[in-house]
Amino acid sequence: MLFITLGFNQGKKEKNMKYKVNEKGYYGDFGGAYIPEMLYPNVEELRQNYLKIIDDADFQKEFHQLLKDYVGRPSPLYLAKRYSERYGANIFLKREDLNHTGAHKINNTIGQILLAEKLGKKRIIAETGAGQHGVATATVCALRNLECVIYMGEVDIERQAPNVARMKMLGAKVVPASSGSKTLKDATNEAMRDWINNPVDTHYIIGSVVGPHPYPDMVAIFQSIISEETKKQLLEQTGSDQPDYVLACVGGGSNAMGMFYHFMDDENVKLIAVEAAGKGVSSGFSAATTYLGKEGVLHGSRSILMQTEDGQVVEPHSVSAGLDYPGIGPQHAHLFKTGRGQYVSITDEESLHAGLLCTQLEGIIPAIESAHALAYLEKMEFKGGENVVVCLSGRGDKDLDTYIKYFNL
Amino acid sequence: MNRIKQLFEEKKNILSIYYTAGYPNTGDTIQIAEALEKSGADMLEIGFPYSDPVADGPVIQASSKQSLDQGMTLKLLFEQLKDLRKTVTIPVLLMGYVNPVLQFGVEKFCEACAEVGVDGCIVPDLPMVEYEEFYKDCFGKHNLSNVFLITPQTAEERIHKIDGLTNGFIYLLSSSATTGKNLEVGNTTEAYFSRIKNLNLKNPTMIGFGISDKQTFDKACSYANGAIIGTAFVKAIADGNLEESVSNFMKKFKA
Repeated sequence: MLFITLGFNQGKKEKNMKYKVNEKGYYGDFGGAYIPEMLYPNVEELRQNYLKIIDDADFQKEFHQLLKDYVGRPSPLYLAKRYSERYGANIFLKREDLNHTGAHKINNTIGQILLAEKLGKKRIIAETGAGQHGVATATVCALRNLECVIYMGEVDIERQAPNVARMKMLGAKVVPASSGSKTLKDATNEAMRDWINNPVDTHYIIGSVVGPHPYPDMVAIFQSIISEETKKQLLEQTGSDQPDYVLACVGGGSNAMGMFYHFMDDENVKLIAVEAAGKGVSSGFSAATTYLGKEGVLHGSRSILMQTEDGQVVEPHSVSAGLDYPGIGPQHAHLFKTGRGQYVSITDEESLHAGLLCTQLEGIIPAIESAHALAYLEKMEFKGGENVVVCLSGRGDKDLDTYIKYFNL
Repeated sequence: MNRIKQLFEEKKNILSIYYTAGYPNTGDTIQIAEALEKSGADMLEIGFPYSDPVADGPVIQASSKQSLDQGMTLKLLFEQLKDLRKTVTIPVLLMGYVNPVLQFGVEKFCEACAEVGVDGCIVPDLPMVEYEEFYKDCFGKHNLSNVFLITPQTAEERIHKIDGLTNGFIYLLSSSATTGKNLEVGNTTEAYFSRIKNLNLKNPTMIGFGISDKQTFDKACSYANGAIIGTAFVKAIADGNLEESVSNFMKKFKA
């Protein structure tokens, strides 16, 4: 009764549903909608309408027009010469860092703001960690003239002051989350509480492939533009749309899901998801969820999360605020459990060195999140000539302070 | 017979009190239960704390955090409740979020509830479909009631479905809100309460969220079988002598 068949999506491009969401909102053992009754009407409204709205020709036209003219898509797929020489493989960088607002996050907020308009919502709320999703949300709210409230942990507000200023300049109200650890997880709790208290006119733009169904699927669909473009670009540049490896960093996992999306059914393409090991997976200061976590429920879906034996959520740590999250999206949990994706981790130090290396080899300062994916290249062994795509999910401007401090620049 | 069923058959204007286990001090759980029964509470909802209580407002968030920081766990709670039925006779429900239950193990959780004499559960983030598929049989086997919530936005068809799945009472939220918001019974709330009353549900109803004094309690009782008080009580026992705080608080409702 809760989940009715998603009729309108049948017979479409999805040739293989093995890794996609089923009609009950699950990916294998993971997903679902574990929400209090107060959120049910909103989530149900979204579930009943999201595919219908997204599949509509007018929506697609407007979405792609904005991605092209406003975001600056398609983002280049750049064959990084000096990286390729270093590793003896063809290293391609998918340049999401060149998007407007500096990261992949805007792909999702453009999609969701258009969807919120179709649902007649007047007020937008969102959570943010480093502020990238907050800025991307505030940006589209300015663009479409909608009220915007961003929840951000008190700790993050202090350490990400430039992004707080950007959001305010864009007209958003930034509300500090002062509960719990005062970071991303708590900002998410506060946004959910806001939604409970504003059940009619508000849309919650979740920034990652987490949350109750249909959020993980909806965000993945909006981010799937990354792999859709990559396939075309690879075909043009290499003569094949199938690389040997695809790499992306994972916090909640939205850039990784966008990067993996159209490769999931190409079983010969190896998917590598890079988590944040923080100070080391056994240090007690880590965000390596698949390594440290167990199955459970967080923020509305069943997935893998870092928790105590008693089921209390454990505080993660990563130098990169965007990976500082104690869970992963349910689709990632499914890719991990089925072995379709390989989940590895990179420490704070390794990621910072990889960020510097990328800057010096290719003249690109990556976000520390993205630097985690780049860092894993150092650990891979190539026979020679493999095609490897790394999602450069964001630019490093926001991380200059961290780089400066670490390298005494 | 299940104590909850019996209570609703025998009484009107039922006063149910929620409190967080292990708050203000870890060892207070049983003492509060005893004090509440002594001062006239009809039913108890003991909250097992969770690190990320999205349906709760600041007061219950803070009590949960303090309780967890002081070392409360579900396992410890069941140890504390071991002798519950030696001194407490009124119905007792456990209320909390689904993840601690999952980690404890659903079967083991139901067994532990039955063993200590808990009569039912309220798990706000456990969806109906999941309950039906994975929990219902286990709850039934151990004679546990499961209580679902409904809000002014819950569709009538869904209310009937909830009524069919429930065997204790239905928790009627005065508005879509996190815990601790004040109840303002305006025309729309009254219309909603009347609408529910006229559905003639098979289960009794209890109104919760925003009940804080005799006036709001009486108002709630005119539309339902009783009301639930949480935040106001948790606030009242934050400091001072526990037994006095409980008894002073309860006097306001028994006048």
